[in-house]
Amino acid sequence: MSVTDNPQSSGARSAFSGFSLKREAERYALVLAWLALFCVFGAMLPETFLKWRTISSMLGSQAVLVVLALAILVPLTSGDFDLSAASALVFGAMFVAVSDVNWGWGVGWSVVVVLVIGALIGAVNAFFVLYFRIHSLIVTLGLGTFLNGMTLWISDSRTVAGVSMDLVEVVVIQRLFGVPLAFYYGLAVALIMWWALEYTIAGRKLLFVGRGREVARLNGISVDRVRAMSFVSSGVLSVLAGVLYAGMTGSADPTSGLSLLLPAFAAAFLGATAIYPGRFNPIGTLVGVYFLITGITGLTMLGADAFVQSLFYGGALIVAVSLSQLVRKRQPQNFG
Amino acid sequence: MNVAPLTSPVSQHEADVLRMADVRMKFGPVEVLKGVSIHLKRAEILGLLGQNGSGKSTLIKVLAGFNSPEPGSKVTLWGETLPLPLDPARIRGMGVSFVHQHLALIPSLSVADNMLVADDARPRPFGIRWRQERAAMRKLFEEFGLQIEPSDTVEQLSPVERAYVAILRALAELRRSEAGRSGEGILVLDEPTPFLSAEDVDKLFTLLRQIKKTGASVIIVTHDIDEVLAITDRVAIMRDGRVGAVMTTAETSRQKVLDTIVGRAIAPYERAPRTASEDVVARIEGLSGGRLAGFDASLHRSEVVGVTGLIGSGFAEVPYLLFGAMAGQGRLSLGDQTPVEIKRHSPDRAIRAGLGLIPGDRMHQSCIGGLTVEENATFLGLGRMRGRLGLRRTALTESTADLIRTYDVRPARTEVNLSTLSGGNQQKVIMGKWLAEAPKLLLLDEPTQGVDYGARQQIFAALDQAVGQGTTILCASTDYEQLAQMCDRVFVFHRGQAVACLSGAALTREGIARACFHDPGVANTNPLKEAAQ
Repeated sequence: MSVTDNPQSSGARSAFSGFSLKREAERYALVLAWLALFCVFGAMLPETFLKWRTISSMLGSQAVLVVLALAILVPLTSGDFDLSAASALVFGAMFVAVSDVNWGWGVGWSVVVVLVIGALIGAVNAFFVLYFRIHSLIVTLGLGTFLNGMTLWISDSRTVAGVSMDLVEVVVIQRLFGVPLAFYYGLAVALIMWWALEYTIAGRKLLFVGRGREVARLNGISVDRVRAMSFVSSGVLSVLAGVLYAGMTGSADPTSGLSLLLPAFAAAFLGATAIYPGRFNPIGTLVGVYFLITGITGLTMLGADAFVQSLFYGGALIVAVSLSQLVRKRQPQNFG
Repeated sequence: MNVAPLTSPVSQHEADVLRMADVRMKFGPVEVLKGVSIHLKRAEILGLLGQNGSGKSTLIKVLAGFNSPEPGSKVTLWGETLPLPLDPARIRGMGVSFVHQHLALIPSLSVADNMLVADDARPRPFGIRWRQERAAMRKLFEEFGLQIEPSDTVEQLSPVERAYVAILRALAELRRSEAGRSGEGILVLDEPTPFLSAEDVDKLFTLLRQIKKTGASVIIVTHDIDEVLAITDRVAIMRDGRVGAVMTTAETSRQKVLDTIVGRAIAPYERAPRTASEDVVARIEGLSGGRLAGFDASLHRSEVVGVTGLIGSGFAEVPYLLFGAMAGQGRLSLGDQTPVEIKRHSPDRAIRAGLGLIPGDRMHQSCIGGLTVEENATFLGLGRMRGRLGLRRTALTESTADLIRTYDVRPARTEVNLSTLSGGNQQKVIMGKWLAEAPKLLLLDEPTQGVDYGARQQIFAALDQAVGQGTTILCASTDYEQLAQMCDRVFVFHRGQAVACLSGAALTREGIARACFHDPGVANTNPLKEAAQ
């Protein structure tokens, strides 16, 4: 790199820092792709796809995926993977169902207790990752499988139905502007997280820890504390997604939620190509989720077989990661 | 001074093993090589010298096939003009080998593993015959009088031995190539010396001279003028993407080379005379850790103290220990605060106590290239830029723009990634970040490593200004010239202990060098008396 020999560089600053078409195009490419996808399906299926019922159900039903994707976003930003997130979600949903229906705790207490359990799950992940210096992939994979076992144990491997209607009421039945409240919960979490990442010191610390642990440490950040907090946040948000999951159907089954892990990662990586390209960011993730869901919904309505869903999610994850690498100019990702 | 003629007579042309003619290279709109022509003769050592950003590494990358130059550029190897961009495998096959600064050795594997890693020239139908391979390696090492055991792991070797292994691996590769069979070949060394002590550099040069005797040619890329004068036959000096001059080393002088590198006269920064303050700002007692075994000193307000020595003598640990960035023992008292036990120290506490550390390894320790200038520059001061709704964007941008103006960072943009700036400008941003905190004691490790001459003087000026405002500086460095230029006192270390403390008239580049190499004439200035003052 050479020093630009430009004596008027301070005067030319406004010209430099102005609007750059290429950068703006990069930021909104995913949004445009989403709109394009929407238009394509709209044109092919004007009778079914373009109905408000379809759109509002797409918006409402995916709050669980939104919150889960946002949950894994926190450790991704600080440089760790949380593969136990979907298992925590399923365990959370099941715990709410079992404690409410079988143990008669009342749904309020169930939710409070399950959020504490979520924090505990994060703390356990953090303890093994940070104390024993094990890679987060291994620890969270192990704990996730352990949680799957716990889920089967407390539920006797059966679907538990009959969760209090109070929960179902505030999650899907009540609507605002015709969209179930669940959508707004996901939106609220995304907005809060956006604010926290962009406008708080904690957000900056998280970013520094993710990009350069040694740099962060020498700038006075307690790296282990930040990483631990990111696992705890991820645990709490995962079980929160679980609570929404139980509220969606009024029941909990011990396995189906596990398949949300991959779409969540796909959405997070897709999100890293948009809005703030090269960075995991909540608004981009939100767009990523709805991009994926629009695709899946459209394909399903076109009569595609069930396997197309896996093709779409799996393909999207790899394309998303490749795109985000391109945006980062192919610097290697340093998760570690 | 013998400036090479642009068009050489034909006879000389044929004797050249490598000619690069009119090489032009652009990164986007920026032209980094503006028609560079160099040639290399058989059995010669050519130095490629220049400031950061002068284009020397870009030129080497063209030769290695990493960069693709503009059409019209020409590379001729042993009389054969090659298609561009060069094919890395073909270049290697023809007998050009590269040793990069970081040597590209895997520390946890054995020397033999590392030597064989790129050796795929011969088919090995029965797998690798380790005993034979090791015997061949031993023979190669012995040829150059080296005692390196191929079955040792690389991490067991000293730094200079690692450099030997990397260089001999490249030489072995040359010998397997087409050119190597007739004893020729081109060895390209990209800044091989920054991690070596002066003593080791001499050893390395002995090896290079031996290699030259076998008929091979060497290109050595470096910053260091003295090294170039010591080892090369000719030196090509690059400036602003052009070859400024090609000189025959024996007929030139240090001053001539320096003038050509700089191009314009940059007056070395001369600091304003200071009156030493009597207030003790920091008292260091029994500091040890790493290779450092016990260091005591008192640092005064507005004083610049250097610590130096040969690599491995323990001086480099001083800033990191004081900042709590590595494990150690001892005690640090700052002013009238309660003394800090180094054992329980941490960077977090150090910052709160008014310390600052600018580490030597910029990319891994002091900044994050993938984040913007603004994010890097404001990190320590975020607490001052909060409003009711969290961080204030305008405050962040303004304080960064301020820093850019104050320290003349170029380009003057807050939103670009820090990695797009040159080393000197990155260092200015980091320097500005820490100086904004007005630290009581600022710890530096090689503050101007990889920083060009002009930016270096600006950094000195900034530090001097901070000192004027009451900051005390402790600087670890092996750049004796820089230490002599900026310090009031310099402690010289040997085997973990301070063996001399130079100040006043004794504090010169030469004086420090003598003390480092243990010249008895210097060592008997009583270190204990001065160290304890």
